[in-house]
Amino acid sequence: MTRPAPLPVAEGPYPPTEEMLSEPVSSEDQDRGKAELRAAWKTPQGWRYISAVNNTEVGVWYSLTAFGFMLLAGLLALAMRVQLAFPDMTFLDADRFNQFFTMHGSAMMFLFAVPMFEAISILLLPAFLGARDMPFPRLSAYGYWCFLIGGCFVMGSLLFDAGPKAGWFMYPPLATEEEGIGPDIWLLGLSFIEVASIAAAVELIVGALKCRPPGMRVNIMPLYAWYVMVVGGMILFAFPPLIAGDFLFELQRSFDWPFFDPERGGDPILWQHLFWIFGHPEVYIVFLPSIAIAAMIVPTVARRPIVGYSWIVLSAVGTGFLSFGLWVHHMFTTGLPQISLGFFSAASEAVVIPTGIQLFAFVATLMVGRVRMSLPMLWIAGALAIFVAGGLTGVMLAIVPFNWQAHDTYFIVAHLHYTLFGGMVFPVIAGVYYFYPFIAKKLLSERLGRWAFWLIFTGFNVTFLPMHLTGLMGMPRRIFTYPESSGWGTLNLISTIGAFVVAAGFAVFLYDLLRPKSRQGQIPRNPWDAGTLEFSHDVPEEAWGVRSVPYVTSRYPLWDQPKLVERMDAGRYYLTDSPDHQRETIVTSVIDAKPIYVQRVTGPAWITIWAAIFTGGAFIFPTFHIYKPAIVCGAFAIVCVLYWLWTSTARPPKDEMREAGLGLRLPTYMSGPDSVGWWGMWITMLGDATAFASIVFGFFFYWTARPDFPPADADHAIGVWVAAAALLGVLAWAATVLAREVNRRGNVMLARLALVLAPLSAAAAAGAAWLAVRDLDPVSHVYPAILWALMVWLVVHLCAGIVMQCYCLAGSLFGKVTPRHDADLRNVTLYWHFVALKVLVTAAVLGLVPGWLP
Amino acid sequence: MTRFKRPTRTRTLVALAGVLLMSACGEGRQSVLNPSGRDALLLYDLALVMFVGALVLWLLVGGLFVYVTRINPREMSRGLAEGLIIGGGVLFPVVLLGGLLVYSLPLMQAPREADEGMRVHITAEQWWWRVEYELPDGSRVTSANELRLPVGRRTGLILNAHRVIHAFWVPALGGKADMIPGRETYLSFLPEEAGTYRGQCAEFCGASHALMAFEAVVMEPDDFAAWLDAEAQEATPPQSEEATRGAQVFAREGCGSCHTVRGTQALGKVGPDLTHVGGRVSLGAGILGAEAPDFVNWIAHTESLKPEVAMPSYDHLSPDDLAALAAYLGGLE
Repeated sequence: MTRPAPLPVAEGPYPPTEEMLSEPVSSEDQDRGKAELRAAWKTPQGWRYISAVNNTEVGVWYSLTAFGFMLLAGLLALAMRVQLAFPDMTFLDADRFNQFFTMHGSAMMFLFAVPMFEAISILLLPAFLGARDMPFPRLSAYGYWCFLIGGCFVMGSLLFDAGPKAGWFMYPPLATEEEGIGPDIWLLGLSFIEVASIAAAVELIVGALKCRPPGMRVNIMPLYAWYVMVVGGMILFAFPPLIAGDFLFELQRSFDWPFFDPERGGDPILWQHLFWIFGHPEVYIVFLPSIAIAAMIVPTVARRPIVGYSWIVLSAVGTGFLSFGLWVHHMFTTGLPQISLGFFSAASEAVVIPTGIQLFAFVATLMVGRVRMSLPMLWIAGALAIFVAGGLTGVMLAIVPFNWQAHDTYFIVAHLHYTLFGGMVFPVIAGVYYFYPFIAKKLLSERLGRWAFWLIFTGFNVTFLPMHLTGLMGMPRRIFTYPESSGWGTLNLISTIGAFVVAAGFAVFLYDLLRPKSRQGQIPRNPWDAGTLEFSHDVPEEAWGVRSVPYVTSRYPLWDQPKLVERMDAGRYYLTDSPDHQRETIVTSVIDAKPIYVQRVTGPAWITIWAAIFTGGAFIFPTFHIYKPAIVCGAFAIVCVLYWLWTSTARPPKDEMREAGLGLRLPTYMSGPDSVGWWGMWITMLGDATAFASIVFGFFFYWTARPDFPPADADHAIGVWVAAAALLGVLAWAATVLAREVNRRGNVMLARLALVLAPLSAAAAAGAAWLAVRDLDPVSHVYPAILWALMVWLVVHLCAGIVMQCYCLAGSLFGKVTPRHDADLRNVTLYWHFVALKVLVTAAVLGLVPGWLP
Repeated sequence: MTRFKRPTRTRTLVALAGVLLMSACGEGRQSVLNPSGRDALLLYDLALVMFVGALVLWLLVGGLFVYVTRINPREMSRGLAEGLIIGGGVLFPVVLLGGLLVYSLPLMQAPREADEGMRVHITAEQWWWRVEYELPDGSRVTSANELRLPVGRRTGLILNAHRVIHAFWVPALGGKADMIPGRETYLSFLPEEAGTYRGQCAEFCGASHALMAFEAVVMEPDDFAAWLDAEAQEATPPQSEEATRGAQVFAREGCGSCHTVRGTQALGKVGPDLTHVGGRVSLGAGILGAEAPDFVNWIAHTESLKPEVAMPSYDHLSPDDLAALAAYLGGLE
């Protein structure tokens, strides 16, 4: 038995010299490259168009869908404003009003703000990085279809008068006790979308880390990419606590496990913690990408590189970290001890510092530049005026005593709309005007843009500025009516009038966006004289992303590398052709962006749509308490995903090396930390581990917050079975690691044997975990319920691990996994590292902790 | 060039108008801007200080922006720009916010101070308030949907909720506190001016959240003591003929299975205590007055007046029966 030769690595000259770059490319080579790339990146035509997965297609669909949901949620707001225009109105009854405000908030957050960031990033990030596509195009497409199905399902519930009506933060016990399927639609429908959001976040992080062009070190990448990484990381750590909360919540609603029922040891406050550990970072998840758009527009307007690049990056990262330490400021009135109130008050104020740095860095950039105002900058200016006001009321609200008055009033409604309009809506619209030439190869109307701006800006302030006062005059939020004697009538009428002015502004914007522009001639390629790579795009459009992947040495390559665009067009740089008509993009190292290998990216597919439909079924059927079709759909979804992975990822290549241009030869297959798949798995597992940690947090929360946890006469998990589950789980992990190691050394038979042993012991571990808690009654008290929840979570992960082990075994048997091509096996081993951790923690919580409890 | 000055000027005017309005709208009975208790006054001052500070800062930042983009769009020195980032982004907020925290956080103390001899237990129901005054001897006097407090003495409020989360809020007297099933929260008020203020549930609590209010009546200490004495007594049913018939309707319709009228057969605990309902200033948890027509209206139309309320509409009662009930209940002073 001989040890197989290692995979080849990049060879040839790098970095390219000026001499190499100035050598012309022959016109035959140029034409051949163009023809090959066109064939590889051809967008499907006719009805097959929806099978497209390219970031430019998916990104546009995603953005338009999110914008559509935003308009629907806006219509709900208009209806509410009509109801509140006068005292004692009867336009909407209490039930419908409550459904409307719940859906308005939920849709704006989950169907507009977060998806919009992901949509815009999917659309633009590859262009900022001179990449051809995102690293996992089918994952974006899958995420999009999940989003569309889930969003229509959640929104559609309003048509059947079955919408959730407990407010967008779904506080139990109100939401757990609510009759009907509204809360289930919220929990399951939005969990479904959250999963899609996490998928997109994983892809965006990997994109920013690994798909930068050669030479673009982290310290020169566009600020937008930094923000994508920060926000992606925040999604990864913020959404899982909510998913864990949803999991507990739905277990209570479906099976009456009393996580939030105080009469059986539960605690409604746990939900508030889990929700706001998600909910506060969410605010910055929405806000930072918009700052990122401003960070792209401001230097162009100032015609100078951004001032304080490192300050901005540090502040963005700092905001990301701080945002996880602020959630309690949504809970200042819940009666927490003064010491924690003081701490969270100070922490909430501290976030002013990184936010201030970012804003002042933009002003500083405008100072050192020669400002040339443009329409996008007008929207940024409006954003600044509004956001600063929202930030200042935020400073007020972070002061605990003031919060006790203003909390849950229209002052909050005003504050949050100031931050979200200023921190999200205006910058996004600025981005639409700024990037529209890149996206559509057309220009939007300057005149209509100014009309839209002034209507929305004026209307916004007319609507929301008075609300500060309405709130201080005592109007609580979420009330469907108020008496005339309250004295709130005039202010509310003003707000309603303003809301219709905002709507008129959006109508103008929408018309400008969608009106036919075919009579417009060919637009200039770089209409704003921007310095970043996206404005090297091809006009008229080509589907290949970039003609050739450039070598970048500056933060503003279009300003600082004068011949860059010309050379890109000539195909002077990397990946200028595609001999076997495959879609490819170049993968570089995380810090220095040295070329590592050429990644085959996937092309148009129907399987992603099927996978999304079946995933949708698995989430939507349980809403109606129909479980069998849900299980069938879940199984089909898994089959679809497996088929898609098997047929199009990590296939051993025909040619191991590829001429990548400029004399550089790059491998076409990579395994382990150099590959994008490994990073995708690693990042996904961080999010997954966060969800698990949230459930464990729940256990310790009950322990500290509830005197009757565990109850004096409680039955505990059976120690022997807990120990067996731990041992068998670790054995399954060890067998997986063994399989990877011996496979790499060429001992394929032993690897296969280990891959037979591993799923068997994993299955046995799952069985033992079930036996350990089988006799406990999860309905009786929260203590057995949380043990069951941990067990269910673990068993699901073990089962997923079994599927992966079998996938690797099949791969080994059918030649997809070989000693040299072991990417699948290495990724699965990484997954199992995390499962082993979960096994040990679960066993400790089930078996050891009850012994320590007083 | 004027394009960017205009919004700022408008906004300034609007903001100034806001200040004027703030002082003009001081009459609301449910307003933070009309403080009538020690705690609310402290918070009012705090709000005013922060509001003026915020306005000044907004004008500074906005003015700076207009200056660099409109008034002086030429290149300025890089050192100045970097100084701005550090000065405006780090130093200035650290000093300012540090000062603000030092000034404001001690204000957390007052509303958590212990009571001066009087405690009231308030339990939120969907959608009304169960109110129990704890006497020095530990016994309790039950009332509902109305809170009476003495001037000049700090009263402790022990807050709880029955099924879902609510929040207790009387803006004129102080800040709010959540009312959470399975937990107790505490708040105390020191009223300084006699009067009738309005409170309202501030945490969304279901269909009729908007219709869950109450009156907080602040009385001179002697008046309060007299009132509490009376409130502790059993009901003295009115003796008029109509009221007597009303008592019979009350018994016949089974009202007593949900409501208590102390001193009669009515011992129900599900709904509000009605022993002295005729002495209250509002009905239906602060949504109606307390005159005879209000009683009739409420009893006959509960479900349309307050969606999803537990009490059914007694619209099958004849107008005479309703009038008799109103006379009986209105007479329970």
